[in-house]
Amino acid sequence: MDLAQGVQIVSFALLSLMMIAAALGVVLLSNIVYSAFLLGGVFISISGLYILLNADFVAAAQVLIYVGAVNVLILFAIMLVNKREDFTPLSSAGLRKGATALVCAGLFVLLSTMVLATPWSASTASVPTTESSIVRIGQHFFTDFLLPFELASVLLLIAMVGAIILARREYLPEVLQTPKVQQQVLTLPERPRELVPAISDSSTLTSTKGDRN
Amino acid sequence: MQLQLEYFLLLGAALFCIGIYGLITSRNAVRVLMSIELLLNAVNLNFMGFSNFLDPQEIKGQVFTVFVITVAAAEAAVGLAIVLSIYRNRDTVDMEQFNLLKW
Repeated sequence: MDLAQGVQIVSFALLSLMMIAAALGVVLLSNIVYSAFLLGGVFISISGLYILLNADFVAAAQVLIYVGAVNVLILFAIMLVNKREDFTPLSSAGLRKGATALVCAGLFVLLSTMVLATPWSASTASVPTTESSIVRIGQHFFTDFLLPFELASVLLLIAMVGAIILARREYLPEVLQTPKVQQQVLTLPERPRELVPAISDSSTLTSTKGDRN
Repeated sequence: MQLQLEYFLLLGAALFCIGIYGLITSRNAVRVLMSIELLLNAVNLNFMGFSNFLDPQEIKGQVFTVFVITVAAAEAAVGLAIVLSIYRNRDTVDMEQFNLLKW
């Protein structure tokens, strides 16, 4: 075992430990903000595993898209729905969690026996490709995967339009209908709260705006 | 001793099982979406492992992983929009109270 293989084994062990621990934290922690940040840790660890698998482009895309976009989007959603509510405890919660854990452990045992029993005809000495993986992926995108590549852009457009339509407000805020407003007090129409005056002598305006909702 | 395909497959299986556990047991709707992301990442890990060990020349598994990442991003956007819409209507994110369509 030379040095490169030792480094690979050690980094694989570290990354997989980080990934499993962070994934367990995502599922098991009660504070959901911690879960969201640990989800970022899972994505970073998986990106490191991709680098171990000679996939530099997908590792960079993983960091950019998952950590940069999806995780930030999830954090935004958590901040938007951050009502501290204590869920009413169910009567059969323990039974449900126990049964689910049993089923998941059984599924893991089944999958691992299948993985270990199947003789994969793997070329264990993975041949490093001479050309970069970016070049190869680009060739795939523009030759034999051209139609799915273009359809992915259409899918992203549809998802963007659908997300905007689903998440927009159903009514216009009344601030737009008042003819002239000197001091704009920033407020969310669906979540009234105590208004903080933007300028100290604008208390009359805020008191009149405070009792609508 | 060298990195084997089985290591990555076992890791993907463990991540998938953790994701399914979170998907079923969590009460918060945003945590359900996070569990779905875990599931998709487990599948991606399998794709990348097979792509590296069984198909090192034509790396089609990486192409599939890029497509899965795209669909996952779209799914996260639409799913979080649905969660926000439900939160506006029902004023909660508890999965046990989303029973409008139950008989």
